[in-house]
Amino acid sequence: MVSRSAASGSPQTKPQRAVARIDQNAPVNFTFDGRSYRGFAGDTLASALLANNVHLVGRSFKYHRPRGIMAAGSEEPNALIRLGKGAYAEPNLRATQIEIFEGLYAESQNRTPSLKFDIGAINSVLDRFFPAGFYYKTFMWPASMWMRYEHVIRHAAGLGKVADDHNDPDRYEKTHAHCDILVAGGGATGLMAALQAAKSGARVILADEQNEFGGWLLGEADIMIGDCPAFNWISDIVAELAAMPNVTLLPRTTVFGYLDHNYLTLNERVTDHLPSRPAHLPRQRLWKIRAKQVIIAQGAHERPLVFAGNDLPGVMLAGAVRTYINRYGVCPGQRAIVVCNNDDAYRTALDLHHAGAHVVVADLRAKATGPLMRAVRDAGIEILQGHAIIAAYGNHRVARVEIAPVNDAVTEISGDIDHRDCDLIAMSGGLSPAVHLHSQARGKLQWDDAKLCFRPSATHEPSFNIGACNGSFDLSAGLKEAVRAGTKAASATGHKTTALDTPIVQSHKQSWRPLAAWKIPNGHAAGRGQKAFVDFQNDVTASDVSLAAREGYQSVEHLKRYTTTGMGTDQGKTSNINALAILADALGNEIPAVGTTTFRMPYTPSNIGAIAGRDIGDLFDPVRLTRMDDWHRAHGATFEHVGQWMRAWYYPQNGETMQQAVNREVKAARTTAGLLDASTLGKIDIRGRDAAEFLNRLYTNAWRKLGIGKCRYGLMLKDDGMVMDDGVTTRIGENHFHMTTTTGGAAGVLDWMEEWLQTEWPDLEVYLTSVTEQWAVATLSGPNAGKILQDAGIDFDLSPTEFPFMSMKEGHIGGLAARIFRISFTGELSYEINVAARHGLALWTRLMAAGKAHGITPYGTEAMHVLRAEKGFIIVGQETDGSVTPHDLGMDWIVSKTKPDFIGKRALARHTMEYDDRKQLVGLLCSDPSTVIPEGAHAVLDPDQPLPMKMLGQVTSSYFSPNCGRSIAMAMLKGGHALKGQTVFFPMLDGSVLKAEIVDTAFFDPKGARING
Amino acid sequence: MLIITCPFCGPRDEVEFACGGEAHIARPLADHKISDADFADYLFMRDNPKGLFLERWRHSAGCRRWFNVARDTVSNEIVEIYPMGSLPVKTAAKTTYKTSWRRDTAAEKAATPSRSKAGGSK
Ligand SMILES: [Zn+2]
Repeated sequence: MVSRSAASGSPQTKPQRAVARIDQNAPVNFTFDGRSYRGFAGDTLASALLANNVHLVGRSFKYHRPRGIMAAGSEEPNALIRLGKGAYAEPNLRATQIEIFEGLYAESQNRTPSLKFDIGAINSVLDRFFPAGFYYKTFMWPASMWMRYEHVIRHAAGLGKVADDHNDPDRYEKTHAHCDILVAGGGATGLMAALQAAKSGARVILADEQNEFGGWLLGEADIMIGDCPAFNWISDIVAELAAMPNVTLLPRTTVFGYLDHNYLTLNERVTDHLPSRPAHLPRQRLWKIRAKQVIIAQGAHERPLVFAGNDLPGVMLAGAVRTYINRYGVCPGQRAIVVCNNDDAYRTALDLHHAGAHVVVADLRAKATGPLMRAVRDAGIEILQGHAIIAAYGNHRVARVEIAPVNDAVTEISGDIDHRDCDLIAMSGGLSPAVHLHSQARGKLQWDDAKLCFRPSATHEPSFNIGACNGSFDLSAGLKEAVRAGTKAASATGHKTTALDTPIVQSHKQSWRPLAAWKIPNGHAAGRGQKAFVDFQNDVTASDVSLAAREGYQSVEHLKRYTTTGMGTDQGKTSNINALAILADALGNEIPAVGTTTFRMPYTPSNIGAIAGRDIGDLFDPVRLTRMDDWHRAHGATFEHVGQWMRAWYYPQNGETMQQAVNREVKAARTTAGLLDASTLGKIDIRGRDAAEFLNRLYTNAWRKLGIGKCRYGLMLKDDGMVMDDGVTTRIGENHFHMTTTTGGAAGVLDWMEEWLQTEWPDLEVYLTSVTEQWAVATLSGPNAGKILQDAGIDFDLSPTEFPFMSMKEGHIGGLAARIFRISFTGELSYEINVAARHGLALWTRLMAAGKAHGITPYGTEAMHVLRAEKGFIIVGQETDGSVTPHDLGMDWIVSKTKPDFIGKRALARHTMEYDDRKQLVGLLCSDPSTVIPEGAHAVLDPDQPLPMKMLGQVTSSYFSPNCGRSIAMAMLKGGHALKGQTVFFPMLDGSVLKAEIVDTAFFDPKGARING
Repeated sequence: MLIITCPFCGPRDEVEFACGGEAHIARPLADHKISDADFADYLFMRDNPKGLFLERWRHSAGCRRWFNVARDTVSNEIVEIYPMGSLPVKTAAKTTYKTSWRRDTAAEKAATPSRSKAGGSK
């Protein structure tokens, strides 16, 4: 026997006959809306608030109506709470699922300035302006008003407020797990199935969203299993499972997603219930489980009845009332009306009666009989058969109801209206199996005309539905299904087990066939009178549904979006069937013909933090650093992201601006020497008998006759003829090449080559290895480059005859083994020096030391871009965008006319390639040499033409070139090659117009005279 | 989230794989002259059927090998996994291959005779 003493306010509770699941020796203090309350360990925020006589806990979404606690589990639509403060604050948590802990801080939502006085409640008075599809009807054209509408909508829409500081300080983790059998739901049937399966030795994971296993049985006082109270049976079976090494028990864990091939996602709330969170534990853990078999034991949700005023605080689901009485020792009211269309609510009447409340039962059914009704009558409880609550009234809590006799179909009031005072309505409209996971996994549903619910028919994945989620509301039947499913699932995973005896269940004999009564008449014409809610969270009323049907929304999916039924965070767990039954009625159709909306994950809202896990901040995407990175940082480099790489961008000195630093670096590379960290270039080692033939097919130019030790530039096309990458490839040996790719393209090019080798030319013997990270590369460029290499200790002859342009030599620099490529991306005398990655920093510092006397200047990617643009060299991905051919780039010279085939060859011969309005690469000189035309600026031939202007194309690269002493740019312009010498215009956003002459792209040293220093 | 059985590594999560789209699109050989429209069948036209689909997958975060998969795009059932350069053997997958519109295209005819390659299915 537990009697619960209330901490504050009037005593709400009377001695209970059941063993409550709270610990009265462990008081817990918490704060709600600035007031302190006391509950006990084992309480939820909802039960503790009810124990403190707090019924008003929130305001509704659209009308800001006062709302209370309706349910006792995750289906709760009303009692949405903001929990915690500052960075820890989290909105829209269900009070029915929050376990209280010492110091818990909670606030109600959607009210200004306070819960009891809320100015948004004016919407409730203006309700005639908020019909179904309100947003769609109100906020239409003109488009120019959209900015304003959006502001209004954003302000009005949405529940709750996110954390004040958006940097979530909590830690989350992810776990991948495999098991033979996953049991989703740890009520009686889930426990039974888990035990049955586990006895076979199969690996079983059992997850339940509550803090304790036992499901709805935790809230029942009148059920015996195997000669002992249900809870004893639960404790025994949980203890037995916990002792089995092949079983993992996951309490506080919601299975929220069921994806293809039995892949399920679970959210475990590891420390949410603790007053302080231990540092070694994550706040929540996301489980990704691959199960061979799944047993779904999700239970069922009780449906509200749709009567006027059914959303008042104090109107609760009948089963939830039993849970508050029996599990938490809280009787939520003293004068209760039980209104129902089924037998089950009579058990609530009995429990209320035993808890000391005055109870009246209004049964929509005219003629219901059975042992439960007899027990209720014997207890002296008044039963009004064939009666309905036609309206409920109250300010911040239900205070009075109108009860009237109704006809058999519950469509009309058939007699005088009686008024009763009350402080609690326990309503029951029958049960809806929780078919969410089954449906997410694309299982089929069938309408059960006797039990008035959708229940699973065929499964799509290897899975079983058992118990209430299967429409088997009777516990004995559910346990039998559990034994069967446990046995079958074990056997399907190769484990043998003998069926356990199904325990004997003693409970009231009852019928599970409710009366179909979806919308209770209120005595007014349609659309008049008090609102009767279907979807409590999204404030959708019965008349909204009917109105939508009249306006032609006949598909349930359209109805859902138009009225927003079932679109709240509760996903319509309590509302969907009522909405669809009312729609079916309005359409004169059968419920199964109307069908259900699609069930989607998540089953309950899941924390984004848990989904992100540790993949945030520095771990969001790996950053790759070169071996010289420390030097760049020590020397004040700024950095830019290039793909995953961090590259030195420029090296400002003595307070230089970016432009000043880049100008200095660009100048030095052409007057003395520049040194670039080029380690990030993609590098692929290519070997095999057919390596040369493979390159011949891969690149547009010829490769078979390339000499050993010689380098060649190549363009790679997709098979549609468009440029995809470029780079220099060198023949190391007869059957051995070293390919370089763009920094960003390295992985893609390797994949591309593998694809062709494996899928199109498996007869070619070629082996590819990525060696990007094996080589560190320093590019030394400028007239003094040779002298610096000498001083750094090169051990071979650098003269152009011995080591000509476009060749490679292996040797040593100050003892470091190196491959040196005489190639140039600047047009200057240039050496790309490759050493083993571990020698990268040594090479760099050696070159810097040797170059000191020769004016060596480190330069970054920005200077690299300017230097190549001065020469008119393209960058794939800057000048090209996947729609550019070699011809468009003016690079016909690199496309072989004689090779029988290469990737892209046939496509280049398509007639569309000859259109003269293809965009082509040109150079631009702005009429004002000091003005750098913005990249992306669009060119027109006539700036005075009417809008919309005919656009020629866009600027792809644009810089100030210190070596040319002016700005330079490249652009892709329609028919650009034929426009050389003409003037184009660039209308700017500020109304000004820039003017430029179309020129060749080689701005500096067009004859290439400087290549040998 | 599919489980795909890599022929080289065994059953693995879909996250380890990359889908390469429709299988058995033969590349026309250069010595066959075909029209731009016929060539477009190879270059651009891709199936997107409701039902069984023969497609290429790559174990991109594993062994990097390509292989063919016969997958039902509605149920996500994987009917058959078979090597690059070969044809499916399961009846339904075989039928899907045989009845594809692609079998009658000039592009596919231009991909044979295969002088320099074995397999040749891409
Ligand atoms: Zn593999």
